[in-house]
Amino acid sequence: MGTFWSGVWTITQKDLRSELRTKEAFNASLSFSLVILVLFSFAFDNLEDQRAVAGGLLWIVFSFAGALILNRSFARELQNDCLDALISAPIPTSALFLGKTLANFFLLMLVEAAALAVYAVLYNAHFGKQFWPVVLVMLLGTWGLTVIGTMFSALTVNLRMREMMLPTLVYPLLIPALMAAMTLTTDLISGMPLGSDNTIWLRVLAGFDIIYSVLAVVFIDIVLVG
Amino acid sequence: MNNAVTTAGLTVDSVSKYYGDFPALRNIQLRIEPGSTVALLGRNGAGKTTLLRIIAGLAKASEGNVQIDNADVREESTRRRIGILGHSISLYDELSAQENLTLFARLYGLDQPEKKALEWLERTGLDRVRDGLVREFSRGMRQRLAVARAFIHEPDVLIFDEPFTALDDRAIAVLQSLLADAHATGKTVILSTHQLREALEIATQVAMIQRGQLVFAGTRTQQMVDDTGWLYRTYGEN
Repeated sequence: MGTFWSGVWTITQKDLRSELRTKEAFNASLSFSLVILVLFSFAFDNLEDQRAVAGGLLWIVFSFAGALILNRSFARELQNDCLDALISAPIPTSALFLGKTLANFFLLMLVEAAALAVYAVLYNAHFGKQFWPVVLVMLLGTWGLTVIGTMFSALTVNLRMREMMLPTLVYPLLIPALMAAMTLTTDLISGMPLGSDNTIWLRVLAGFDIIYSVLAVVFIDIVLVG
Repeated sequence: MNNAVTTAGLTVDSVSKYYGDFPALRNIQLRIEPGSTVALLGRNGAGKTTLLRIIAGLAKASEGNVQIDNADVREESTRRRIGILGHSISLYDELSAQENLTLFARLYGLDQPEKKALEWLERTGLDRVRDGLVREFSRGMRQRLAVARAFIHEPDVLIFDEPFTALDDRAIAVLQSLLADAHATGKTVILSTHQLREALEIATQVAMIQRGQLVFAGTRTQQMVDDTGWLYRTYGEN
């Protein structure tokens, strides 16, 4: 088991080091999310309107920004046929997958943290009391997004239209997770705490993450090796 | 390189591979003796790379299987025993030479990965540029680093797909020296190449593929070396 997690961490470190050295996907993702937040800030004058769309706006920004990071995840391995070297290494393909998922998760969380801070300033949002519940929703929602996104990044890596195919395939699958994350985020930013009214969405989000994490780990070998 | 003699026999059992309806490989049966060096020959598109990818565990056969010492090639313990050098270098341009080798040393579970990486950088004459990014390297330096990547875990079975193609003189010298070491220590080597003379000179066995079928498998003879076209004239299509 130690070897498995050592493989996961080695891949995560490698992907983070590669990305932070080139910053290709990270810069694109961060600038995209900030531009969208700035543009939408002109569209809503009314504070009530802003709070009503908070969850939807943030998660649309997160998921589109995520697509920019996720598209690069396995595409990075095409250069010099690095994917062959990784598949032939004596680590399980599930460790390779989880390593890449974790790297994508960390990168997307960084982008989301910056975007959330900018959102709070531009939209005059005060969610200090709900800070940790918001973080919990972001962690769960982002994990769901990165697990499915990394899986489909592997599936579409050899397609010529992969930049378009990835979001086309991923977003329909993400609907339950996005609905849950959007509803919870809107509630929390509006000042409503996590409680009996919305815990069902938290369960949906957690269940979604567990189911798709297990499915991805089970099927990744077929996706990568055949 | 470790001087201990470790040998591995390889069995390709009824392997077929289909891409859709197209049969890239048809019922390949091949037994490679431990410590032998096999030249895998065939024209472009014959199925050599597909067979090497299946032997290396990079692709699954549609039918049949490949075993090394009776263990499937996709088992982790078996993959640890295989080293591959393909058409491409399989290295990360945005990482340094040392970071690349350390990464693979870690993935192969080697003790003291940084030290191992440094040792192979020295062996391939790249220790002075160990902190340089691979994207800044010349073609020859990248190739030598790729050779180090393939050998770093001291594999028992070495798989080379066109190993001499596009190598510069220094990289060829490094590779030939490592191949000689590998042969001396009883490693099993499978190489596919169009450079018949070089391949046949070092080979102990020869296998020839044509349109996805194995048309010849046997011991390399002096006649094959003296007349490199003989195999193609005798077993190939006109």
